[in-house]
Amino acid sequence: MAGLLPQFVVNWIDAVLGIFYSLPGWVQYLTTTTWKILFVLIGVILIVAFSTYFERKVIGSMQARVGPNRVGPLGLGQPFADVIKLLIKEVVVPSQSSNFLFVIAPLLSLIPALATWAVIPLNNWYVIADINAGLLYVLALTSVGVYGVILAGWATNSKYALLGAMRSAAQIVAYEIAMGFALVGVLMASGSLNLGEIVRAQEGGFSQWFLLPLLPLFVVYWISGVAETNRAPFDVAEGESEIVAGFHVEYSGVAFALFFLAEYANMVLISTLTAIFFLGGWASPFEGWTFLNDISWLAWLTVGGLPWLFAKMCMFMYTFFWFRATFPRYRYDQIMRLGWKVFIPVTIVWIAVEGAMAWFQVGPWSGLGT
Amino acid sequence: MNRIVSFIKTFALWELLKGLSVTQRQFFKKSVTLEYPDEKTPQSHRFRGLHALRRYPNGEERCIACKLCEAVCPALAITIESDVSDDGTRRTSRYDIDLFKCIYCGFCEEACPVDAIVETRIHEYHMEAPGENIMTKDKLLAVGDKYDAMISADKAADAKYR
Repeated sequence: MAGLLPQFVVNWIDAVLGIFYSLPGWVQYLTTTTWKILFVLIGVILIVAFSTYFERKVIGSMQARVGPNRVGPLGLGQPFADVIKLLIKEVVVPSQSSNFLFVIAPLLSLIPALATWAVIPLNNWYVIADINAGLLYVLALTSVGVYGVILAGWATNSKYALLGAMRSAAQIVAYEIAMGFALVGVLMASGSLNLGEIVRAQEGGFSQWFLLPLLPLFVVYWISGVAETNRAPFDVAEGESEIVAGFHVEYSGVAFALFFLAEYANMVLISTLTAIFFLGGWASPFEGWTFLNDISWLAWLTVGGLPWLFAKMCMFMYTFFWFRATFPRYRYDQIMRLGWKVFIPVTIVWIAVEGAMAWFQVGPWSGLGT
Repeated sequence: MNRIVSFIKTFALWELLKGLSVTQRQFFKKSVTLEYPDEKTPQSHRFRGLHALRRYPNGEERCIACKLCEAVCPALAITIESDVSDDGTRRTSRYDIDLFKCIYCGFCEEACPVDAIVETRIHEYHMEAPGENIMTKDKLLAVGDKYDAMISADKAADAKYR
């Protein structure tokens, strides 16, 4: 280390560290936590920006088009061009709207989507708040996100916005239950509400992941997640062919950008959560494949960490785009039927099956909940 | 038995997976997009675009103000007024085509006995001010002079089919 850097840099780092360690404990804690939050926040926003680009590219490829390719190499500058365009546009507040609610509604939908990242473990040690009730916190905050949508629809004072908000509210309430039940299965299997502990319970390679023993719950959770984020094929809340743009019909400029950011941040969040609950989070699928350690250039595959979580998240994000390119929009009553009459019974039955199997120590379930 | 099979298929999301496989196959296929300003589609020599009035090689106008094009025009886009020119021949004093009315059917070109009015291959043009949609005689002749080589080549290519 000392040989790599010039002496004055080393001195400078030593001085900064010396000042840092001389500070009171709470200041040190505050500083490190702020840096952690900033790192996660910038990461999430960058992922959101580029996921809009990849969405257009992926859907374009599936429709035999090329997608954006004009701004910068391969069109990679497109997200920034979009952001700048939205930032310099005028925010129009309808005169008949409820101004205060109209302005804070986008914030109410964005803040929960970002605040949930506090309890998400990015690897074995990087988590902003390692709280024991992490799962409850996640469920609570993802539910709060719907207030932004409802308030936006209500405050706009337009019939289309109100219809969109009502659809969104009913849909999120319906799918929240199935989602909660699916997570009860994860809880039973891991024996902890702490997200880090849930991932540690799945360590030891692909076979230890909850994906296989909890397959029906995984499918239910993932589809509910798609419904929860109001994405195609469950995007009746926006339904551009029926109610223009739903709850954000009157939003423009920065306010619209915040809704957009919230929607994509929620997608990234749901993808990450699904990876954590069912695909072993940061854990590597090849853990325990000891022969890989003997091959020097493949040994890294067995080491868990942020890259694995990122890869799993990207896989789920791709699935989001894939669904959007494939499925037509669900009819509204069918969405309700699927949520209440299919998903909830399926999850309850599988929780019962899981409980019985774990009790009698059968098959892959025998190790669960111990 | 059928009911059991369909029940299992429903819960295995069989139809949905089939749909997903279709889009996934498309994903790996080559895109068919033509990146327009950089690449252009091949064009027929019969393409009917912006109009032009032609001249004989000695510089004399071909148009003899017979008004057949005006008569045949289904959109009433052509307005012609005729007069006797200085050398005593019958010539148009006014020849206007309203590009907003024109439907680019090519009937004027077919009706013309002297191949005076033609539709060129030019299709990338625009108007910036009100009134620019009226192609006057001067503008039509200017287009004809500028793209004479292209028009002659297209006429020659089409001659054997006539």
